[in-house]
Amino acid sequence: MVDWLTRNIPFPPQASSVAGHVDAAYLYLVITTVSLAVLLAVLVITFAIRYHRRSRYEIPPQIQGNNLIEFGWTGATFGLFLTMFLFGAKVYFDLQVPPANAIEMYATGKQWMWKVQHPGGQREINELHVPVGQAVRLTMTSQDVIHSFFVPAFRVKQDVVPGRYSTLWFTATKPGTYHLFCAEYCGAKHSGMVGYVYAMEPAEYDRWLTSGAAEGSLSSQGEKLYQQYGCSTCHDLEGKGPGPSFRGVYRSQVRLDNGSTVFADESYLRESILQSDAKVVLGFKSIMPIFRGQLQEDQVLALIEYIKALENSRPNVESPSAGSTAGSETGAR
Amino acid sequence: MSAAAVHSPPNYLRAEQGIKSWLLTTDHKRIAWLYIAAITAFFFVGGFAAMLMRLELLTPQGDLVASDTYNKLFSMHGIIMVWFFLIPSIPTTLGNFLIPFMIGAKDLAFPKLNLASWYIFMLGGIVTLWAMLAGGVDTGWTFYTPFSSLYSTTNVIWAATGILISGFSSILTGLNFIVTVHTMRAPGMTWFRLPLFVWSHYTTSLILVLATPVLAITLALVAVERIFGVGFFDPKLGGDPVLFQHLFWFYSHPAVYIMILPGMGVVSELVATFSRRAVFGYTFVAFASVAIGVLGFLVWGHHMFVAGQSVYSALVFSVLSYAVAVPSAIKVFNWTATMFRGSVSWDTPMLYAIGFIGLFTGGGLTGLFLAALGVDVHVTETYFVVAHFHYIMVGGTVMAYLGGIHYWWPKMTGKMYPEGLARLSALIVFIGFNLTFFPQYLVGYWGMPRRYHVYPPEFQVLNVMSSAGASILGIGYLMPLFYLIWAAKYGRAATANPWPATGLEWKTPSPPSTHNFEETPIVLHDAYDFEALRPIIEEEHSHR
Repeated sequence: MVDWLTRNIPFPPQASSVAGHVDAAYLYLVITTVSLAVLLAVLVITFAIRYHRRSRYEIPPQIQGNNLIEFGWTGATFGLFLTMFLFGAKVYFDLQVPPANAIEMYATGKQWMWKVQHPGGQREINELHVPVGQAVRLTMTSQDVIHSFFVPAFRVKQDVVPGRYSTLWFTATKPGTYHLFCAEYCGAKHSGMVGYVYAMEPAEYDRWLTSGAAEGSLSSQGEKLYQQYGCSTCHDLEGKGPGPSFRGVYRSQVRLDNGSTVFADESYLRESILQSDAKVVLGFKSIMPIFRGQLQEDQVLALIEYIKALENSRPNVESPSAGSTAGSETGAR
Repeated sequence: MSAAAVHSPPNYLRAEQGIKSWLLTTDHKRIAWLYIAAITAFFFVGGFAAMLMRLELLTPQGDLVASDTYNKLFSMHGIIMVWFFLIPSIPTTLGNFLIPFMIGAKDLAFPKLNLASWYIFMLGGIVTLWAMLAGGVDTGWTFYTPFSSLYSTTNVIWAATGILISGFSSILTGLNFIVTVHTMRAPGMTWFRLPLFVWSHYTTSLILVLATPVLAITLALVAVERIFGVGFFDPKLGGDPVLFQHLFWFYSHPAVYIMILPGMGVVSELVATFSRRAVFGYTFVAFASVAIGVLGFLVWGHHMFVAGQSVYSALVFSVLSYAVAVPSAIKVFNWTATMFRGSVSWDTPMLYAIGFIGLFTGGGLTGLFLAALGVDVHVTETYFVVAHFHYIMVGGTVMAYLGGIHYWWPKMTGKMYPEGLARLSALIVFIGFNLTFFPQYLVGYWGMPRRYHVYPPEFQVLNVMSSAGASILGIGYLMPLFYLIWAAKYGRAATANPWPATGLEWKTPSPPSTHNFEETPIVLHDAYDFEALRPIIEEEHSHR
């Protein structure tokens, strides 16, 4: 039915695992609201004709109202609306919780382009290649103003806000080329901030991956930055430097010097890189320089991918650089 | 001519002559005319920007204007239409003219303040218009940060200053209405004898007074960030861009009800008069206005379902958004029930009222899609939203405004409008409106984002339909401009109560004298007591 719709009337392709759920909720709303609208239209038109004024001098019998009817249609309306609320909320929950095995990718919005980084180090601008049948989780931020990542064929949209990470996930179900739009007005060339998502069969996607990576994996790019910006001088991976080691920090509970603990997700890592004095790890001094303005958002993402890869390499304590490379391999798949 | 007619005071239009007598008037009726002149001008300026946008969108390429010009056009359209047409539209014109009549008073509580409101409004309007014409502003009417506060290089400060100034006009008008309704009701005019027009304006006034200061604060914060670099909203300065959205929508969602509630008040009057029936469920319709006013303050988060708020706050805002839709539905049901077994005439104001019921229902029902979280993720920030709020604001408020202007035109000018031409233009507006905005629902669900200057070619057919509809709609709006002005001069003289209708305004001559009532009326009937009209109708009958 959806295929027929796509070919014959204006309707977006249905190309992700959630698209069918969104369309089902949409269809439910269309059916209920159109029924209500038709009912009302029939009543209004019937009354306008049936009770059309026959004489300038008639005064119809007066009816003031009826409490039972009022409470009846108030309750019925709210009851009907609640079913819509529940349907919409159910679909929303599906959209919020990514599967555990999702591939991690990163997107940065800037006026007026989308920059995508793959864990394998592939970079794309205004294009996103994804495999069919595999969940993809995008961690996104903006370099300047608010943008919004919108793929109509997948029925997903998420604002991309400077200064924080937002995430979005989808599983493409049908190979094809789909529109990628910026949906939040972002300045002069807003309508030029568009691109395509290429959903590919897994084998084809693997071929694409091997043809694309020139600079090494994203975590190895992060490792280069770790050396280049001098992170390594303090954040010794064995924990011998004046700063805490990166190893195993991702997704751990970090105790802070103010007594609280924080869950070390991407947002925490980003903040600690850019604004180190915002949260200081217990037992360490706040001596790290501020990197806000020094690093681009895509560089921060590479560093975070490096830190995340180190988490996966925890057993391999002896040779950190080899471990990180291996980690990025496992992280990628 | 009887002696009484000779000695009756001159009507308010002729009481004083000359331009000065208008610009320095404190008569609420004349101030209403000052507002009508101003908002009509703003409406056609905003409409002109819309026409240019629709022309541009005829083709997928950006070929008529450049991107930044297009962005300035939709910003101008939104800012002018929201703050200088829709928000003042019905309250400052029909509200200003009619509230004192409807409660049996000689003027508003603070006539000088009423005139001051108009001057403040005009100052704000001129500042904003100047900002638009001298370089423009490209932030959209929503002024989202950090684009507006740091990245836009256009006249953001001046546009915001004009809006801020006009906000004070809104607050003072709201205050004036509240005090008037509380203190100046005629003897016997109890709260539950007030026409529903007054109830809806009373609620609107409360929202004006409570919500507008938040807008002023928000715009001031944007200006401080822009001028002094104090980080409220820009993350580079330690601010939070989403905080702006919370503040903005805390004003702007209630502002939606500022725009629609007065229209609902007008439609209640029209449906009653032209069905010759008391509004079904008067108390429910009255309290539905109050419920909308209260709940309207609790739903601002539904503009931010994809902005990164928590799942739980999204759930709360979703269910509250469904709750606020219930009182609107109650009103629609009650208007429909009022027509049942009534005596329904097809005069122009009733055609507009029926049009309002249809289009407002269309906008309200699609609001249910936007309140459904999982569906909103797909349709928010697309043309679906554009279509939705135009059904409410244009299909609702503008239809009600035009219906009200036709209905009270005999009272305001003392002349009847040409009925045939008026019916024709109502029909043209209805057809043009649907052709303009219905395709936008489809192209929105298809995925076309709003505020796009250039768009993929598959969206073209629907956009061409929309542009064609806009030109029909434009004709439908220009027609009343001409024939109403013509009618004010050359129209057939109107009787005191031509429809006839029940409100106290119809107990005065058309047009009324400066003092409205020569003697304070004593109210003995409910608002829509058509039985009380029987003597008038029977007398008219006996003269035939």
